[in-house]
Amino acid sequence: MLGTQQKKHGGKLWLAVAPLYIFTLLFVAGPLIYMVILSFQTRAEGFGVINEFTLDNYKKILDPVYLGTFVQSLKLAVISTVIITIIGYPFGYFMAKCSPKWKRRLMMLLMIPFWTSALIRLYGWMILLQAKGAIYQTFHFFGIDIAPLKILYSYPAVVIGMVYALVPFMILAVYSSAEKMDWSLVEAARDLGASPAKAFVTVTLKLTMPGLLSGVILTFVPSMGLFFIADILGGNKIVLVGNLIQDQLTRGADWPFAAALAVVLMVMTSFLIFLYRRVTHTTELEGIL
Amino acid sequence: MKNKTKLPGIFLGIVMVIMYLPILMVVVYSFNEGKLIASWKGFSLDWYVKLFQDEEIWEAVKNSLILGVLSCFCASVLGTVGAVGMAKIKSKTKAPMEYLSTLPIMIPEIILGMVFLTFFHLLNLPNGMVTLVIAHTAFCIPYIYMMVKARLVGMEKSLEEAAKDLGATPIRTFFDITLPLILPAVASGCLLAFAMSWDDVIISIFVTGPKVTTLPIKIYTQMKTGVTPEINALCTFMLGVTVLVLILAGLIRKKLAKRQ
Repeated sequence: MLGTQQKKHGGKLWLAVAPLYIFTLLFVAGPLIYMVILSFQTRAEGFGVINEFTLDNYKKILDPVYLGTFVQSLKLAVISTVIITIIGYPFGYFMAKCSPKWKRRLMMLLMIPFWTSALIRLYGWMILLQAKGAIYQTFHFFGIDIAPLKILYSYPAVVIGMVYALVPFMILAVYSSAEKMDWSLVEAARDLGASPAKAFVTVTLKLTMPGLLSGVILTFVPSMGLFFIADILGGNKIVLVGNLIQDQLTRGADWPFAAALAVVLMVMTSFLIFLYRRVTHTTELEGIL
Repeated sequence: MKNKTKLPGIFLGIVMVIMYLPILMVVVYSFNEGKLIASWKGFSLDWYVKLFQDEEIWEAVKNSLILGVLSCFCASVLGTVGAVGMAKIKSKTKAPMEYLSTLPIMIPEIILGMVFLTFFHLLNLPNGMVTLVIAHTAFCIPYIYMMVKARLVGMEKSLEEAAKDLGATPIRTFFDITLPLILPAVASGCLLAFAMSWDDVIISIFVTGPKVTTLPIKIYTQMKTGVTPEINALCTFMLGVTVLVLILAGLIRKKLAKRQ
């Protein structure tokens, strides 16, 4: 009797998870598997795909032109992530040391940049950085004569955009692990004679490492794909892997190649997350929600 | 021995100001009279008037709203029922399935956009509202799923057990006991998901058809072709909606925290 009841119950439970299972398998696993298959298929003349196994799409990535794009993307991602860490880590750290009242206030202030469209916020930078934009005008308003700015549509503008768009992720990740930290450990280290710097490196940095690493993943990975930042602030001069994929999907019409690029990006992402798990022994990234 | 300096405060302040400066710029210049986006000519509401007379904008607003509401609805049903079921089920498939269903927030958006585009093409689904809703549902599920899961962990099981002991069917228990308890989590997850859907450009660009334009797509294409202060007004409007949704989500979360 008990057995049948349990079985009946189990059946109902399966009904509860079935829709999520089906949707996930069909529309998350399915597309991802198809991406891998596609990356080994051959491109048809003109538009379309032929079902013929090939490794050419991956070989094509090694072509100097495309490899250059990868290197440029990686370089930009590294530069952005370093700057983001320099700004975001102290921010998250200091924020965790604030009074509860200020913590709440800062958190609320962070929510708007965190959740609103990066596109809209980047547009603000366009206004600021234009040759005779808001910054230029402010200087002139105060009677300081400066030359029209030459930042927009250049490499620094893209870096500014990336840092600006992604820094909230680093802040929240560092904050969420610094918040959980046991500060008495730092005091203990200080009492035992460690200098502030040594106490920071041996205790604080170590304990906030999961947040820092999570922040690095949350900023490094998207910075390879945010094509619209390079598009809008870089003025088509800077091509990232994201732009390349978008281009291959639309104008280039070479879907297998785009799929191969995406697979490589995906493998890099998974590798970073794998490393994160090995180092921190946790499964979930710090500070996502 | 406390050496309190003002430095951290100053640092936090400066970063916050820089964070808000561009947002402020967009809002301020939406009231600019002039035609150039970055030269101040005086206060006016002209661009808002123009915006509200623009049929295409209204069409985009309508599409964005339909898309946001539909995908949030689908995601909240799938995510909530799924999370409740997952909390009780004992199966080897649980861990990998949980990983898979929350995967979309870890994958770079561009990859998500591309896999949807190619997969929908494979299925012969014409790009348009249907494909948009499926794609948005997929990346909205994680927000709702994780919120509900966190709420279920902190919830007392005794009420559910009492209902079961009194002979309530699992479905009745779900609607009478579980759902009211997790409703705030579902609602705030929903609102966050809506905020994401409302702002999404990258994924939408790939899966939308020629006939369906959402607000962010409209802004993106205008930003690439030629900007007029009308975009400022449009951006300000979008910001307003997002902020409103976030405040609502915050209020619900506060209520939830009080109840716990």
